Amino acid sequence: MHHDFTMPIGEAEARALEVGDTVTLGGTLYGIRDATLIHMFDKGRRTRLDLKGHAVIHTAPNVKKVPGSNENPAGYAAVCVGTTTSARMERFTRPLMTREGVRIIIGKGGMGPGTLAAFKELGGAYLAIIGGAAALETTWIESIEDVDLDDLNPESLWKFRVKGFGPLLVAMDSHGGSMYDRVNKAAADRRAAALAAIGVKG
Amino acid sequence: MSAKDAAKLVVDPGAVEEAAKLLYIRALKVLPDDIKQGFQRLNAGESDATARTVLATMIENIEVAERRDNLLCQDTGIPIYNVLIGRGVEIDGAALKAAIRRGVERATREHPLRSSVVHPITRVNEQTSCGALIPVINIDFTDRPCELRLEMIPKGSGSENGSFLRMAIPAEGVDAIKTFVVDRVIEAGGKVCPPTIVGVGVGGTSDLCVHLAKVAATRPLGSRCADPEGAKLERELTQAVNALGIGPQGLGGDSTAFAVHVELAATHITMNPVAVNIQCHSARRASATFTPEGVEIGT
Repeated sequence: MHHDFTMPIGEAEARALEVGDTVTLGGTLYGIRDATLIHMFDKGRRTRLDLKGHAVIHTAPNVKKVPGSNENPAGYAAVCVGTTTSARMERFTRPLMTREGVRIIIGKGGMGPGTLAAFKELGGAYLAIIGGAAALETTWIESIEDVDLDDLNPESLWKFRVKGFGPLLVAMDSHGGSMYDRVNKAAADRRAAALAAIGVKG
Repeated sequence: MSAKDAAKLVVDPGAVEEAAKLLYIRALKVLPDDIKQGFQRLNAGESDATARTVLATMIENIEVAERRDNLLCQDTGIPIYNVLIGRGVEIDGAALKAAIRRGVERATREHPLRSSVVHPITRVNEQTSCGALIPVINIDFTDRPCELRLEMIPKGSGSENGSFLRMAIPAEGVDAIKTFVVDRVIEAGGKVCPPTIVGVGVGGTSDLCVHLAKVAATRPLGSRCADPEGAKLERELTQAVNALGIGPQGLGGDSTAFAVHVELAATHITMNPVAVNIQCHSARRASATFTPEGVEIGT
């Protein structure tokens, strides 16, 4: 099933997502990654931006400094916006949801059991974007509307305006479903046969 | 001028600086032909519908990057330069290293590119893509006359975090090498942005083994290990990792790796080291070859 979301969304919309569905986002999208989250949750910093009901993407974009204007209100133009590996940010999913009210995480490579449990308990989902397909992803970004914690640049908290951002694949949902768990289990099951076929004695 | 003098190539550090800058930007924008062909080959053989969609998106991205003159991936990586110096080349080594560094700084500032390099303890980003011992500069020598080759590799971090070393022992044999590679590919899953080139270092010392894994991971597709036992291991391990079903982006499918590449070195009678270094599907590289005829840019 396909879903078109204009962000922000509520709990019911997040819970309606199931693994295998696709989602296209419009409106606001926030960009975060390692240093942003470390500073927000380990070093006690707060953001003035409102993430409630929003989606965050694991990113740190290539940007160009430009004069502030209606088109580039934050004084930055996007050069290349892509996605980083999500697994490193695993322990921040729960605080992002409980303290900031985030509903959707967009990333690549998947996340772990802590994230899946937080989705189930609080109502959220993980959308897989194609890592390394940043040139394409950049065409879905309309502008950089705002930026906070910019001393961490490029790991600032970015507020993007997006249009037709997707389709993205629901890879983890609020019902305990995870494509990564399924694939990892299948790989573990196939391991012995794969090794035996190249002469490894069990 | 004597015949000996005629067989010299004097390389100007200023030209190296320009090339270092150009190669960093070019590598980030244009994938080598062997990698593009690798995508077509995987796409043709892929049996999983989701995996085919993922591969199609990656192929579309390569086209979008070229059409819009944009970066393939947001990750500008850690800049690595491999310098291969032929016979009769005259260059001030210290000036060469300084020129490469200036080229990296200029590419970062003038394009502009995201500086992805920080101090390892303070995490301060100097916004230059440079820092202590970064860019990585590897210097080696070749018999080829009057030629200096500069290869640039922006090594993305998602796949570089998929780096592993095991000091196995002789009694564990080659089975330890095969098992280690398969298990690390399973462990890395989708985190390393498959389809990948899995680089495997076998033998040497610990540091040489890890270095060889990087050399293997960044070699062109279609190239083979010069050692027949290494080449055999490449064929076997390519088959094994693609039987795991991890697929592009770890979402399932046949296309887990373009290939497994092996590089090997002799080792000690007590040792059986194996290292893995993974290259993501954005397998970027670019090179400049300096000869008496001029500078040729390629992959």
